[in-house]
Amino acid sequence: MDFSNFLLMRQEIFLLAIILVLIIAEMFMPRKKKGSIVHLSIFLFGIHTVAGFLGIHESSMFGGMFRTNGLIHFFKNLLDVGVLIILLQSADWLQEKIVPQDNVAEYLILLFSSLLGLYFMISAGDFLMFYLGLELSSLPIAALAAYETAKRKSSEAGIKFILSAALASGISLFGISLLYATSGSIYFDDLLVLITSSRLSILGMILFFAGLAFKISLVPFHFWTADVYEGAPIGIASYLSVISKGAAAFILLILLFTILKPLMHVWENIVYGIAIATMFIGNLFALRQKNMKRFLAFSSIAQAGFILLGLIVGNQLGMATVIYFVLVYVFSNLAAFGVVQAISLRTGKEHMNDYEGLYRTNPNLSLVLMLGLFSLAGIPPLAGFFGKFFLFTAAASEGYYLLVFLAVVNVTISLYYYLLVVRAMFLRKSDRPIPFFKNGIYMRLGLIIAVLGILILGFYGPLYDYIYELSGSFNY
Amino acid sequence: MIEGISIQEILTVTSILFFIGIYGFITRKNLISILISVELIWNASVVNFVVINKYLFPDALQGVIFSIFVIAVAAAESALAVSIIVNIYRQLTSVEVKDVETMKY
Repeated sequence: MDFSNFLLMRQEIFLLAIILVLIIAEMFMPRKKKGSIVHLSIFLFGIHTVAGFLGIHESSMFGGMFRTNGLIHFFKNLLDVGVLIILLQSADWLQEKIVPQDNVAEYLILLFSSLLGLYFMISAGDFLMFYLGLELSSLPIAALAAYETAKRKSSEAGIKFILSAALASGISLFGISLLYATSGSIYFDDLLVLITSSRLSILGMILFFAGLAFKISLVPFHFWTADVYEGAPIGIASYLSVISKGAAAFILLILLFTILKPLMHVWENIVYGIAIATMFIGNLFALRQKNMKRFLAFSSIAQAGFILLGLIVGNQLGMATVIYFVLVYVFSNLAAFGVVQAISLRTGKEHMNDYEGLYRTNPNLSLVLMLGLFSLAGIPPLAGFFGKFFLFTAAASEGYYLLVFLAVVNVTISLYYYLLVVRAMFLRKSDRPIPFFKNGIYMRLGLIIAVLGILILGFYGPLYDYIYELSGSFNY
Repeated sequence: MIEGISIQEILTVTSILFFIGIYGFITRKNLISILISVELIWNASVVNFVVINKYLFPDALQGVIFSIFVIAVAAAESALAVSIIVNIYRQLTSVEVKDVETMKY
């Protein structure tokens, strides 16, 4: 038997190996040295991330259940880089809060399992694999959200997440069963030919869409977002807002553009309505938030609304712009979350008023937060501007002028509340500002990578062309 | 295939089950009841898969295999949810939604 096929899954296999190494390390490492598990996992995951950039050829295995191609591989690398940044940013928190409780290995194992689930979800070739990947990615996150068992808010976040995720996957599953009823297959390759526009398949598609919309936190399904972000550890909140949301948007994109393409006349209208509602509700609720985590939660809901602008286009251009936007969004949002995490770890403060006068005491941190927020808002020299600009051009090229206009209105609203934070940091004075503190080496590294991403991606043009070329690997 | 029962009847039952689950999820005030409502939704889908496979596409087993995996995942998910609920009960000695909820809007 030829095992060389399994090299297609080498990212999954490597990640699984890391998980196993961590389990063994947890068993045999003496209790006093448990802190080194954090270093070990960052080291191994760093190797995994770098090795992931080796090329891969397009193919599928297990009778079409697992497939990979250039675009999926690129997106997995993006997820890797995001998780590496999150690991670096939460290393200090892990060392100080979790290692003394002696359960750091479980935290990392659960985090990596969730990433493994996302891998399988985005390279799924049929609905069964997709469903298993979805569950494998959301179950560990529920456990992680409730990880600080002594904190009441953490448990509340956990129960809210698990119940919402369970409802979402249940609805999604019912939709899949209806799609199966209309076509008789759960394989994407067969569905490409078999799906036609009937009433039953439209109902199935809508239910399926609702399930994934929970994960991306689009508007009628966004109620869990702010609560879970506030209660969960910040590392998990940033994982949810960037990695999990990005992967769900990616697979939704692929499924809508390929197998659900015959129903485009229906989902076009749904996406149109949801995009407007998501942008407005996300932005308007963000205006009144004073807790930084809730603030970033609503800002990430609004950003999900912008993603839908590229989704509505339904061709190669739409796919490339959405993936570029997610790429930029990963770095911008992680820069913002990293600073919030650093401040929360050193001082325990998460309120926006506590940030007053931050520039005078911690100029570097406030610069990083400013860059992240400006990139999220879309101020020109930074990468966020180009992400939004491409999305808007894509939507405008298909004639959605009203939608683009409403999106621009929303960018203006979002600029207001992002600037509120910047004003608090730079212009306000405070009697008791957050005192100066030094960050650990990992936190600094995480912030530097995020900032470099924000600065470089905006100026490095060929990257977008590369993504556009890769997006051709799917038939539309 | 069950003699004398058409697929429409079974699908009607599963659809009713599905919407009972949705209704229960929205209206129940107790975390355990909410979890039970979610289980109803899952079971509706499981029955759907088996029935559709048996009645419409009996030459392949995709639906039946799918339902086995769904049952396994549902067990894992409810175990996790119950363990979080137990943790909440330890802190609050209550599993009512109104006692649990502190974060709003």
